Amino acid sequence: MLRFILSKLLYLVPTFLGITIIAFSFVRILPGDPVLLMAGERGVTPERHAELSAQLGYDKPLVLQYFDFLGRLLQGDFGNSLVTKKPVLTEFLSLFPATVELGLCAILIATLIGVPVGVLAAIRRGSWFDQVSMTAALVGFSMPIFWWGLLLIIFFSGMLGWTPVSGRISLLYFFPNVTGFMLIDSLLSGQEGAFASALSHLILPSVVLATIPLAVIARQTRSAMLEVMGEDYVRTARAKGMPPYRVIGIHALRNAMIPVITTIGLQIGVLMAGAILTETIFSWPGIGKWMIDSIARRDYPVVQSGLLLIAALVMIVNLLVDLTYGLINPRIRVK
Amino acid sequence: MTDIPPTAAPVRLSDAAIRRRMIAEFWFYFSQNRGAVIGLVVFLLLVAVAVFASLLAPHDPTVQNRAALLVPPVWQEGGSASYLLGTDAVGRDILSRLIFGAQYSLFIGVVVVSIALVGGIVIGLLAGFFGGWVDSVIMRVMDVILAFPSLLLALVLVAVLGPGLTNAMIAIAIVYQPHFARLTRAAVMSEMQREYVTAARVAGAGNLRLMFKTILPNCLAPLIVQATLSFSSAVLDSAALGFLGMGAQPPAPEWGTMLAEAREFILRAWWVVTFPGLAILISVLAINLMGDGLRDALDPKLKRS
Amino acid sequence: MKRLFIFASALAMSAAMAEAKTFVYCSEASPEGFDPAPYTAGGTFDASAHPVFNRLTEFKKGTTEVEPGLAESWEVSEDGTVYTFKLRQGVKWQSNEKFTPTRDFNADDVIFSYERQAKADHPWHQYIPGITYEYYTSMAMPELIKSIEKIDDYTVKFTLNQPEAPFLANIAMPFASIVSQEYADALMAAGTPEDMNNLPIGTGPFKFVAYQKDAVIRFQKNPDYWGTPAIVDDLVFAITPDAAVRLQKLKAGECHLMPYPAPADIEAIKADPTLKLDEQAGLNVGYLAYNTTMAPFDNPAVRKALNMAINKQAIVDAVFQGAAVPAKNPIPPTMWSYNDSIQDDPYDPEAAKKMLEEAGVKDLSMKIWAMPVQRPYMPNARRTAELMQEDLSKIGVSVEIVSYEWGEYLAKSMEAGRDGAVILGWTGDNGDPDNFLSVLLSCDSAGEGGANRAFWCNEDFSKLLKDAKVTADPAERTALYEQAQVIFKEQAPWFTIAHSTQYVPMSAKVSGFVMSPLGDFTFETVDIAE
Repeated sequence: MLRFILSKLLYLVPTFLGITIIAFSFVRILPGDPVLLMAGERGVTPERHAELSAQLGYDKPLVLQYFDFLGRLLQGDFGNSLVTKKPVLTEFLSLFPATVELGLCAILIATLIGVPVGVLAAIRRGSWFDQVSMTAALVGFSMPIFWWGLLLIIFFSGMLGWTPVSGRISLLYFFPNVTGFMLIDSLLSGQEGAFASALSHLILPSVVLATIPLAVIARQTRSAMLEVMGEDYVRTARAKGMPPYRVIGIHALRNAMIPVITTIGLQIGVLMAGAILTETIFSWPGIGKWMIDSIARRDYPVVQSGLLLIAALVMIVNLLVDLTYGLINPRIRVK
Repeated sequence: MTDIPPTAAPVRLSDAAIRRRMIAEFWFYFSQNRGAVIGLVVFLLLVAVAVFASLLAPHDPTVQNRAALLVPPVWQEGGSASYLLGTDAVGRDILSRLIFGAQYSLFIGVVVVSIALVGGIVIGLLAGFFGGWVDSVIMRVMDVILAFPSLLLALVLVAVLGPGLTNAMIAIAIVYQPHFARLTRAAVMSEMQREYVTAARVAGAGNLRLMFKTILPNCLAPLIVQATLSFSSAVLDSAALGFLGMGAQPPAPEWGTMLAEAREFILRAWWVVTFPGLAILISVLAINLMGDGLRDALDPKLKRS
Repeated sequence: MKRLFIFASALAMSAAMAEAKTFVYCSEASPEGFDPAPYTAGGTFDASAHPVFNRLTEFKKGTTEVEPGLAESWEVSEDGTVYTFKLRQGVKWQSNEKFTPTRDFNADDVIFSYERQAKADHPWHQYIPGITYEYYTSMAMPELIKSIEKIDDYTVKFTLNQPEAPFLANIAMPFASIVSQEYADALMAAGTPEDMNNLPIGTGPFKFVAYQKDAVIRFQKNPDYWGTPAIVDDLVFAITPDAAVRLQKLKAGECHLMPYPAPADIEAIKADPTLKLDEQAGLNVGYLAYNTTMAPFDNPAVRKALNMAINKQAIVDAVFQGAAVPAKNPIPPTMWSYNDSIQDDPYDPEAAKKMLEEAGVKDLSMKIWAMPVQRPYMPNARRTAELMQEDLSKIGVSVEIVSYEWGEYLAKSMEAGRDGAVILGWTGDNGDPDNFLSVLLSCDSAGEGGANRAFWCNEDFSKLLKDAKVTADPAERTALYEQAQVIFKEQAPWFTIAHSTQYVPMSAKVSGFVMSPLGDFTFETVDIAE
């Protein structure tokens, strides 16, 4: 097992180097000049321009800049934002919990609804439930979530007034930032109504973000179940007169869960992409919105290191999924 | 290719017959799936709308009528029969814009899938066929691309290339291309073990011929399924880029761009927000329904379930 | 963490008291930081310079007039180059968990605040890597200020290189906020100089409490404030970049006041009895600048003809949704010296067509540059360009609309030999006409590094500006600027589009908010009815 993990990790090194090259080079060839953006309508003299570029280190040859970048990375220095002048890592970490909270909630919703729906649809294959839920899943899978979010805002916030429009918690509540997760911090604060407020802020964005993963998970669960239920051992168990719930519960479900868990794990990339849109629509102070804003502002160091951190994150989660998969399914390891 | 043996003619005939049988079988499975047929019909309608846009659209999609700003749809109070789905903030007919928008979406889908498919196949074939370090390098690069969330990478790429429809399509195609490359490579690797490949090689077929004529046709099924999936994702992602202001630029009646322009009216004029999104949803849904049908019909492993 | 706990309990306590008032402002953008000097965004100043800090001179609320701030009074030498400021005594610095001041505000703080920006070798000049003092530089302070001397603890003398009429207005700007030298020393000693930018200490009406990135900023009333203390106890900025969402929150009672509503929502806001709307012509101008060095646009008659072919009112209606006044002068009507006797060119396509023919221009095709971003002076440049395109096609001029990424747009539009007319605009920094006319239209700024995008260099016009700049008497200056506007109109280097109206929607419960012509949002005078 250890060798398996090590080989997987080693395998990641070149990929990670590739990621640094991409993150660095893409960002460096971005058109648009941060110095000009800082000057705005007023303009900037050529001398001042040169001075500022030099100060930011953009006058050196690209290769040198890359090695500078890599060297600083190894020391844990991700650079400073051009706009706020603060370390990128500090900013990333201060926004990260918001995205994680949103993402976890979304994946929770997707799993808790998607798996039972998929199982039920498989058991009652061809029933109206199967047809309705699978149609709904396909609609969800096809959903432009940026539009879906707007519709939910119009309906639930605008017309019904049930949910707040944006933000993470009502401003009436103010408590220390212990974990960075609003739901937990609001409970820790002991302030009445804080948790309810945090929850009501979280609900629409996480539903929007959950939409596509939910659809994928439900569909994947259904087909995995169908496949397993067709296998010989399940048929045998059934033929032996085992009660249906045991057949499904013990044999089918357990084996069907292997691909489903993989699917859930692989949703992280989907979630990150979804977070960009969801956070934009709901003014959610997370990583996705931060990246969009930084791209628009040509905040080179933020885009560069942000890309890197996000890619590293996706890689690590994928690795964990691989490892889990290896644990559940020893055949993979042997190969 | 001059050394075709004289016996080739009858073989080709039977080839055609086999192909006909395969298509008939495919259609049988495909038409079993009611959703897929509905999807196909909607998709064909969409193609028709796009092709005949200039005949169908009641108005020019970019002409502004300053006397009719934000007119609601016909069934609502204040609506006008000449603007069935209402007008936008500068008095353009929404229905006409949606009709012309179909052209954009289909065009985007076709272009993105073609670039990604061709690029992916070539890269995948190279990697799978030659193996060794070529394979390692190519697959590492693909891993790197896949490590980024697709929309984020596409966003940065568009920022690099400059916002606009062409660049958005290129960016999305680059992001999708590794999926095709991986599929092709996997298929090639398994096909390489087969006897017919060895046979062809022994018969003296060149590398190119082996790759494109012998192996590729046998890996097509998963590629077609992936292509359909990518088609719908391309429509979605390009709309998302448009929504974020990085895709097609106004006044182009691209659906995502229309949504982005409409965002400021979400509380005042629901129709400018609702219809473009609905158009995206319906087209993507139709393509996905078709994709499901295709997969069921082409993928023998899933036929059973 | 501990700091937050204490504030939390303080807030909980104040919430328990019935009369504690929390004012919530749905701000538009995250502050870049809390030290006003290195930044340039209005949203940053609203969260730093205005609530937390003061300056030697201040803008009188609701005007662009200068009044005493931390300087109680000042004397100007005969030749206009020496300014001697008498500082206010007994002004207390704020405190936080890490810092308790031992002394009041004095001359050392003033000198520190300026020198850290002026001197490249000052230990605080680069207290965060990559920091620059853009406003200090762009307001030409390095060329202007010769020396700053401390006469005694409460007297400071500024010596200028040449007389500069707008100087007192310049130092009322946010970048000239006075920071505490003692706090700086304490931070340096603690090895955390970056806290200067994270945990500001000032003399202003509000104390900084906490900032959660991209989400919330919290301030608390400063009970020791030297001026009239704030009315509300707590001030909260809820950062909400999207205009539609801001309005939703305002309607839902989640905030009391918001900036920059979408023009489309103005009518609905006016109709809503729970809201009220303040409005004022903004200190800005949107324009289309021709390249006056390129044929046929080097001919004023051609520029005039094009100006007459564009329906200005239609742009105001469709793009600004009526939330603007059509512009006839390059400076806004709220600014002193605005020449109201000037007649705008009429909208007359027929006459315009004739004028073009007379000028010998046929089959003209041109480019119009549309900015890719929304700015206070221009809500949608693309839409504006489209309207212009349609209007100009009616007199036989074909227009191609081009656009670039914003930074590139700014740079390329200033390149000599630029092809086409550029849509752009300007928002005033300090309410002085010089800040519009010299920056945007003088010969000096027509070259590289300037902002004169018409490349228009009219000697008579520039001479008037130069004279006005060294004239101290406001009446004389007014006469000079009025004359300059006449020349501008005759020569028509721009198609002046509009001065956008600033709207500030707020809850009907809010009273005492004063709109700033400079576009600042300040809250020490606001109150909320129960």
